[in-house]
Amino acid sequence: MSIFQNFINSSHSKREFLITLFIKIAGYSAIVFVGMIFIFLLLEGLPAVQKVNLTSLVSSRWYPIEDYFGILPLIGGSIIITLGATLIAVPFGIGSAVYLSEIAPHWVRELLKPLVEILGGLPSVVLGFLGMLVLSPFLRKLLDLPTGLTAFTGAILLGGIAIPTVMSVAEDALDAVPRSYRDASLAMGATEWQTIWRVTVPAARSGVLTAIMLGIGRAIGETMTVMMVTGNAPILPRGIGNLFSPVRTMTATIAAEMGEVANGSVHYHVLFLIGIVLFLISLAVNITASTVIFRQKKRQERILS
Amino acid sequence: MTVFRHIIGPMSISNKILLVLSVLIIFLPSCSLPAISSNSSSDTVSLIENKGSDTIVNLALAWAEEYQRINPAVRISVTGGGSGTGIAALINGTVDIANASRRMKEEEKESAINNGSNPVEFIIARDAIAVIVNPENPVNNLTLKQLSDIYSGKINNWQEIGGEDRPIVRLSRETNSGTHVYFLEQVVRLGDKENKTLFSPDTLLLPSSEGIGAEIRQNPNAIGYDGLGYVTEEMKVIGVAISDGGEFVLPSSETVNNGAYPVARDLYMYSNGTPTGIIKDYLDWLLTPEAQNIVTELGFVAIAE
Repeated sequence: MSIFQNFINSSHSKREFLITLFIKIAGYSAIVFVGMIFIFLLLEGLPAVQKVNLTSLVSSRWYPIEDYFGILPLIGGSIIITLGATLIAVPFGIGSAVYLSEIAPHWVRELLKPLVEILGGLPSVVLGFLGMLVLSPFLRKLLDLPTGLTAFTGAILLGGIAIPTVMSVAEDALDAVPRSYRDASLAMGATEWQTIWRVTVPAARSGVLTAIMLGIGRAIGETMTVMMVTGNAPILPRGIGNLFSPVRTMTATIAAEMGEVANGSVHYHVLFLIGIVLFLISLAVNITASTVIFRQKKRQERILS
Repeated sequence: MTVFRHIIGPMSISNKILLVLSVLIIFLPSCSLPAISSNSSSDTVSLIENKGSDTIVNLALAWAEEYQRINPAVRISVTGGGSGTGIAALINGTVDIANASRRMKEEEKESAINNGSNPVEFIIARDAIAVIVNPENPVNNLTLKQLSDIYSGKINNWQEIGGEDRPIVRLSRETNSGTHVYFLEQVVRLGDKENKTLFSPDTLLLPSSEGIGAEIRQNPNAIGYDGLGYVTEEMKVIGVAISDGGEFVLPSSETVNNGAYPVARDLYMYSNGTPTGIIKDYLDWLLTPEAQNIVTELGFVAIAE
C-alpha cells in the first residue's frame, strides 16, 4: 500500500508524468497490436498464394477437402449479407437515434436507451438460435422460399445486432450538438423536421458516420449468427436475387473449418488468406469513413476561418 | 459515452486519482497470480482426454460416465468438434484418444508420423446413416443412385422421384464431419474411388446435427442425413435400396449387422501409439458386453461378437 500512498503524496508533476505515460502506452499499444496481428496474418496467409495458383483462388468453387479453394463465393457471401444488414441497420439505427435525442420526452429516452443497449449485449448465439428456430421457418412460409436459411435471414439478424451500435453512437453524436444550433434554426422559422434534417444531423455528421462504420464493422465480423442461419452453401452471388438463397460468409468458413485443418497445410494457409481479405475489407471501410470525416472537417475549418 | 461522462463529471481531482488507483489495484495482482496457483492438481486421479466426432460424442460421454462410476480414480473428459478436429488434436498431441466416424486419411497418417505420433486404430461400434425427410413428404424409398443424383445436383425436384412438385433442399454436415466424408465417398460417389463427383454447390452445410434436425422438422422440401442415433420421432427415415429393383431397407441394428442396409460404417477411436495403462484398460472395457449395451441403448449398432 505504501507505494500507492507515495504515489498520492508525490508531487503533482510526477503524477501527471506517470498518468500521461500510462495513457501513451495504452494508445500506442493499440497500433502495435494491430501491426503485429497484420504481420502474423501475412506470414500465415501469403504462402497460400504460392501453393494454390491464382486461377484456382478466384474460381467459384469452395470445397477444401478436395482442394477446391475458390474464395469468391465467400467474399460475395460476406458482402451481400453486410450490405443487407447495413440497409436495415442504418435507417433504423439513425431513425431511433434521432427520435431518442430530438423528439422523445426525457423519461422515454432514459428508459429506451438502456433497453436498446441491452439488446446490443445479447449473445449472438442466442440470436442465431432464434433465427434458426423462429425467423427462418417464418420467412420460408411468408416468402414461399425453398428454405428459410438464406442471406436475407442473416441480414435481418445482423441488422438487428448492428442497430444498437449505430443507435448508441449516433445518439451520442446528436446529443453533443450545441443547443444553440437548434434554437437558432427554430428562431429562423424552421420546422422541427427541418431543424433535425438540415441542422442537427449535418452538424453531427462525423459522429453519425462513425456510427454507420461501426455498424458495418459489427456486421461483417459477426460469425456465430450467420453460421447458424445462412445455410453456409458456397454459392457465388450473381445478383440481388441471391439475397434469398443460401450463402457462405468468410467468417463462418474460418470458424467452421479452422478446427479441422492440420497446421501448415494448404487449407490452413488459405483460411488465413481469407482472414487477410476480411482485415483489408474492414480497413477499407475505416479509411473511407475517416477520409470523408477529414474532408468535411477541412471544409468546416475553411468556412469558419 | 454519456453515462461515463456523468460519472466522471462531478468528481474532484483526488477522486479521479482514486479511480485510476483502483483500476491499477484490480489489474496489478493478475500479473503475479500464475505463480501462486500452480500446484493444485493431485496425482491420485488420472485424466484421459477424449475428443473428436460429433456422431460419437454422446456415446463417448455415456461410456465415460459409466466407466468413471466403476473406476472413480479415472477422469475422462469428452469433447466433440468433428472427426477431423479430433484427429488434428491427436496429431498435435493435445488428446489421448481421438474419436472418428471415418478412417484416418493417408495424409493424416503421414502428418501424424511426421509429428512423432503413431495413431493406433480401434473399431468401437457401428453406425447406420439414416436418410431423413420431413414427415409431410410422401417419398418413402430411394435407391443409392437416386440419392447420389439428388446430392450431386442432377435431381432438383421431388416430382422427379415420385414426390410433390417441390424444390429439393439438400442438407449436409460441414466438411470437417466424418459423416460428410463417408456420405461423399459411399453415397454421392457410390463407393467408386475413381468417381470425382462433388456435392452440389447449393448443398447447405450445417454446423451441427441439431441444425439439420431443426430444418428437417419444419421444411417439407428438405432432405438430410445423420447418424441413426440422432433421428427423432418428428423425422421420417427413408428406406434405401442398393440398386434399381433391389429391396428398400430401413436402418436398424439387425439390417446393419447382416449387411442389408448399405449406408453403415464403423466408428473408430485412435490412441497415440499402442495404448498402455489406463488408456488400454478403458479401450478394452469398451468392447465388453456391458459397454456395448450402452451402444444399443443410444441407437447405434453394437459390434457383433
